[in-house]
Amino acid sequence: MNYFLTEDQKMIKDLAAQIAREKIAPIAAELDESQEFPWEVVKTLAKSDLFRVFVPSEYEGLGGGMFEMCLVVEELSKACSGIALAYAASGLGTIPIILYGNEEQKKKYLPRLAAGEILAAFALTEPGAGSDAAGIKTTAKPDGDSYVINGTKQWITNGGEASIYTVVALTDPERGVRGSSTILVEKDHPGFTFGKKENKMGIRASATRELVFQDCRVPKTNLLGKEGMGFLVAMKTLDQSRPGVASQALGIAQGAMDKAIEYSRERHQFGKPISSFQGIQFMLADMATQVEAARALTYAAARSIDSGEKDVSRMSAMAKVFASDTAMRVTTDAVQVLGGYGYMKEYPVEKMMRDAKITQIYEGTNQIQREVIALGLIKESVRGKK
Amino acid sequence: MDPIRVIVQSCVGCNLCVKACAYGAIELTGPVGAREGKPTAVIDLVKCTLCGSCVEACKRYKAIVITRSTFKGQDVKAYSGICVFAEHRLGRLASVVPEIVGAARELQKELSAPVTAILVGNGVRKYTQELLSLGVDEIWMIDDPSIGDFDEDVQAELVAQVLMEKKPEIFLGGGTVVGRSLLPRVAAKILTGLTADCTELSIDPATMLLRQTRPAFGGNIMATILTQNHRPQMATVRHKVMKPASRVENPQGKVIELKHIPVPKTKLEFLEFVEEKTSTVNLVEADVIVSGGRGIKDPKNFALIEKLALATGGAVGASRAAVDAGWIPYSHQVGQTGKTVKPKVYIACGISGAIQHLAGMKGSDMIVAINSDPNAPIFDVAHYGIVGDLFQVIPELVKRLENGA
Amino acid sequence: MKIIVCIKQVPDTTNVRINPETNTLVREGVQSIINPFDVYAIEEGVRLKEKHGGTVTVITMGPPQAAEALREAISLGADAAYLVSDRAFAGADTLATAYALACAVRHLGGADVILMGRQAIDGDTGQVGPGVAENLDISHITDIRKIEEIADGRIVVERLLEEGYARIAARLPVILTVVKEINTPRLPSLKGKLAAKKAEIPVLKAADIGAEVERLGLNGSPTQVMKIFTPPKPGGGKKFTGEPPQTVGALLSELTAAGITIRKR
Repeated sequence: MNYFLTEDQKMIKDLAAQIAREKIAPIAAELDESQEFPWEVVKTLAKSDLFRVFVPSEYEGLGGGMFEMCLVVEELSKACSGIALAYAASGLGTIPIILYGNEEQKKKYLPRLAAGEILAAFALTEPGAGSDAAGIKTTAKPDGDSYVINGTKQWITNGGEASIYTVVALTDPERGVRGSSTILVEKDHPGFTFGKKENKMGIRASATRELVFQDCRVPKTNLLGKEGMGFLVAMKTLDQSRPGVASQALGIAQGAMDKAIEYSRERHQFGKPISSFQGIQFMLADMATQVEAARALTYAAARSIDSGEKDVSRMSAMAKVFASDTAMRVTTDAVQVLGGYGYMKEYPVEKMMRDAKITQIYEGTNQIQREVIALGLIKESVRGKK
Repeated sequence: MDPIRVIVQSCVGCNLCVKACAYGAIELTGPVGAREGKPTAVIDLVKCTLCGSCVEACKRYKAIVITRSTFKGQDVKAYSGICVFAEHRLGRLASVVPEIVGAARELQKELSAPVTAILVGNGVRKYTQELLSLGVDEIWMIDDPSIGDFDEDVQAELVAQVLMEKKPEIFLGGGTVVGRSLLPRVAAKILTGLTADCTELSIDPATMLLRQTRPAFGGNIMATILTQNHRPQMATVRHKVMKPASRVENPQGKVIELKHIPVPKTKLEFLEFVEEKTSTVNLVEADVIVSGGRGIKDPKNFALIEKLALATGGAVGASRAAVDAGWIPYSHQVGQTGKTVKPKVYIACGISGAIQHLAGMKGSDMIVAINSDPNAPIFDVAHYGIVGDLFQVIPELVKRLENGA
Repeated sequence: MKIIVCIKQVPDTTNVRINPETNTLVREGVQSIINPFDVYAIEEGVRLKEKHGGTVTVITMGPPQAAEALREAISLGADAAYLVSDRAFAGADTLATAYALACAVRHLGGADVILMGRQAIDGDTGQVGPGVAENLDISHITDIRKIEEIADGRIVVERLLEEGYARIAARLPVILTVVKEINTPRLPSLKGKLAAKKAEIPVLKAADIGAEVERLGLNGSPTQVMKIFTPPKPGGGKKFTGEPPQTVGALLSELTAAGITIRKR
């Protein structure tokens, strides 16, 4: 389907596809096994200026937005979503700085992030606070001209590899959510350590670690926005970046579907390619239709965000829910089409099925997304709007 | 004036030229010509290579004219004889030399002219015996201690001087690394024509010109080239393409030392030569070659090819697809842009048989192909073929060979 | 340091096929690409610039569409590009091409290092590099697999030969033709692609580069193509199909019957 990309957008998409094909696909299976972090791919993406696509041009970016970032994430995810996540998660960690950073903070961090010299990460989740994000317990006690951070963040993507972390902590625990703030913590700030790398079901090439803060001292100038804005920053960031997760799911689904179609033409049973059997044909048709619908929703949400629309939560949530559910369905069907071979690690689709699952869970579980959508609908109905 | 033009008044729009053009450079989109209502041929000068196929096709109406003039060349009548470049290095004559002498002696049959050789370097006297025994009639030698084996600039200058003095009408060199670097420099010094990597050399009986035939477009087509007005007519020939000259029982040739030609100082500085022997049997000299292509699917599967090579005592080769994918170094590449091989047995595994691969191995005495695609072009050149999964066939073959099949 | 890279736009010959009915080249769908060996030359030029400072200028002799190849070179890091294009160049063999390119290089003020790939995949001759060097009266070395160092106007290189490699030094300026072993070319960058889109690519005609017309094009070419033909298709041999034990067995029997042994002696 034609989504009427501009020439520059096509250029970004094609370059990402080339990198996916030449640099990511050949090592996907190996890194899935070893769980090694894909620094070489990060360097290639950096050299090709792909980290610049969503950074404003004043800070050495190319001035694109979420749509451009989504195009990149989708192409990279077709080859390996785990590797793509190093890029996408850095994007997630960069967005708060773009949205709420002051001039000094932007000047200090954005050029280096745009150049891909350093990676970013976003830290909200804690052992006791997942869907109930408001239940965070990490504190950031003001002390002179610093904050002293204590607490643990859990399952942070790019944890241990990123140089800059946007951490949501309670600067005023008495006030609960209204006492939260977002603070930029650098890797070498004293009192900041990492837990071991998690051993995951999928996206194994991405690094997931615990962040441990023990009297971690951070200058007050690293506060993003104002004290008390922590949750606002986090929610707005996630609203913006959610189409990114949707594109990741989209890429996984597309990649799996492509493999399924290719296989169905090559595999012969009963003297015919299995692609000539209606059972398989119907499966492929449904896969393709769902993937295209997911794409249309994701692109629409991303374009909406970039156009400056105020209320993007619902579109964002819909794109994420639909794309991730699609990815799970499509990858499962892809394994089914490949049959016995689909179950074997030698063939790439079982990995894609393992990779797809997380997209239904992180950045807001699909249950939470549905709640957001429903509440939005009801509120709208109450207000009497269509 | 354009080098090729259509004479509109003579063109009947019959389409023969369009069909003859291998480059799709002709369309019938011109103004109506000799036949009422029929548009005439229009030639796209960008696509046209001036090969003349259309002129040939239009011999009835002679509506296409190529003006083949060239800038002034040498006095053709003053040139005679067939000369070869005796390349040598590190104590050895290049292995292609007997082959180009062989080609020269074949041409001698048509031209009845002496076969000569140019031999320049330090201590090259020691090669004269071998050259004479190959049937060279006269060796033009410059033996000087200042000429290093790697001082190609000096060698090129001396070769050019000898050619301009001795005036052979043909000069052949090997399509070796050095040959493909030195001969073009010589041709540019003398301002004459050079054709690279000829697969066939013959004398045109009508014009007595050297017909130089070579592959183009990765071997998809063959081109025959003539150097009409310039001398010497230069050509290079790759190793293992021509038959080596047969030994002469009582060599009668002589050695002429050209002491009067001044030896210039080299502008290059030779530092050292580092030998690098490939771990497997030298590909070009091997009697048996086992090659792997895209069908190998994974670099680690090349171990299968190596096993078969071991079982047959052969060398490991590869198609360009395997080399470009980084599965095996370029030194193993067989094909148009790799090595030309002529083993007794060539076993192609998982190689589709693209023309540019065939160009490098179709001269093999016996070709065996193993491929899962029954329609793979390799089966058209293979003497024997097995249609099957090489991951099953090769181990079976290895097993049987090891057990003394 | 002034670096000039000479490139050629070629059809992707790996995908060129012959139409079996008409015996002509099937050119539809065959992409035009930068000659693969030249991509390595561009990369090496950009690396030299990154190491020693200076500029990388890319030139090509070709029809107007060759400008696409020049733009791609810019996206790979070249700073400037010139298209050497004129109807007078049509039909040029390697001697005439080398002459024209040398005139262009001279017109651009020469360079310290001139790079190109070892051969073009359509012509496969490798003759232009040495020809340009002779026209400019400078040193040339082919088959370069490594540039070790450049200091005080002296360059040290490794030249790949059949039996190993030679380490050779030369004084600048020099022409080098490179092999694939020399580097791993980078992927294009977005900034590079944007620059390539905007880049102005001047066209140099025969008169601009001071080339004598009689040395150009078909007239300037001592070698001329007289005939093009498709190589004869060989007939196929014996094909065995079935399960490996049977097919292998059949093959070996045939070979034994024919008196051929492939077992290592």
